[in-house]
Amino acid sequence: MDGFRYLGGVATLELDREKCTGCQVCLTVCPHAVFAVDNDRRVQIADLDACMECGACANNCAFGAITLTPGVGCAAAIIRGWVTNTEPSCGCSDDVSAPASACCGGAPVATGEPLGSDQPQAPA
Amino acid sequence: MTESTVPQVSSTLSAADTIARWKLRWRISRDGAAVSPGLFRIGEPSAESPVIVTCNYRMTFDLVRRDLGGLDVWLLVLDTRGVNVWCAAGKGTFSSRELMLRAALTGLERYVSHRTLVLPQLGATGVSAADVRATSGWRVVFGPVRSRDLKAFLAAGMKATPAMRAVTFTFAERMAVVPVELVGAFVGWFALIPFALLGIGALVSWGGAAALIAQPLAAYLAGVIGGGVLVPALLPWLPGRALSLKGAEAGVIAGLLAGLVLSAPPLMIAADTLLAGAVASYIGVNFTGTTPYTSPSGVEKELRVALPLMGAASVLAGVLWVVQAFGG
Repeated sequence: MDGFRYLGGVATLELDREKCTGCQVCLTVCPHAVFAVDNDRRVQIADLDACMECGACANNCAFGAITLTPGVGCAAAIIRGWVTNTEPSCGCSDDVSAPASACCGGAPVATGEPLGSDQPQAPA
Repeated sequence: MTESTVPQVSSTLSAADTIARWKLRWRISRDGAAVSPGLFRIGEPSAESPVIVTCNYRMTFDLVRRDLGGLDVWLLVLDTRGVNVWCAAGKGTFSSRELMLRAALTGLERYVSHRTLVLPQLGATGVSAADVRATSGWRVVFGPVRSRDLKAFLAAGMKATPAMRAVTFTFAERMAVVPVELVGAFVGWFALIPFALLGIGALVSWGGAAALIAQPLAAYLAGVIGGGVLVPALLPWLPGRALSLKGAEAGVIAGLLAGLVLSAPPLMIAADTLLAGAVASYIGVNFTGTTPYTSPSGVEKELRVALPLMGAASVLAGVLWVVQAFGG
């Protein structure tokens, strides 16, 4: 990502090249160009430190070639996880008064506002 | 085909849409953050028209329909409970299951003759194209990151350029989230901190000048501005990679300036600098929730180092104020 580098040597991303079939869906979904195509059409990790562990690649690899511990890189979520002894959660849909960070647009969820037109129905 | 049962949405944003966005940006109210999920028409789509998928966060929905203006497409809005695509994908509401469910509930297959769904690339964290294909037969194509590239993506035969695939974090994008971060520093029990600090100031500088009493509060506000405004504004240029470090740097500068402007005695300037540094460091590291490039492993690593330092700096600031007040 131009102009931005985060802490290096920490990403949990791993690629099993034996399982890679070269479908390259990981190249499509990665927002930080972590992967590159090798000359045998299979994929290699070209920039591990650019990985933000979003998990899009592993979620879309149909061959189980990619493993990582996905999660939200959000301090509030990680601190909340420590305090409550649970998995990190950004709490965007929990408590209205919780001081969530600007991720998820600033805060929690409200009830839906109708658009003024009826919900679309499947034709009979 | 009874297209008339599918509501048509406008691709022109109204004043009400602008007010809704403003309320979300300034954290005034999340009422109206969610729009109704379902199937919508942009223009006059036919059975061959593309199906664009998005979430039901108000700001996202508004951007997408604006950016699709002039096209004839179907818009399938998933129920993400009013949360944006990337966060919802991470939380599991923008998911393979919701996508297939929403397509089935709206009877999408009766309106289109093809089986292709165009999803935002950042939805890939929650949607597995292979699972969706195998379970429902819908073919997921991951489109560009930003909706403003959708027209070019569709015109190019659903091909994205590398630039369309890359996440950015421009100055304008960073500053757009400043209000919500700033307001966040003063909601909930955080709202009590300024009063507590004013109390501490009155206690340690009893009978002193107003500028002295206001020291702790001024230092705190300097820290909030350092972490909440300077960090986003100067993000690429503040030295170091850890957000807590960038925050501390911004806070130290802001705290020092506050102390000098209030013509505080040297020990109090030192205390201001320490407290502002700690506060800005905390707000800075919390900016990791907004930045699109920080990994959870990295955030955890820097928190383990930075949190104790923030605590130590705050305590030391308190000690210096007391020493100055009673010894100086």
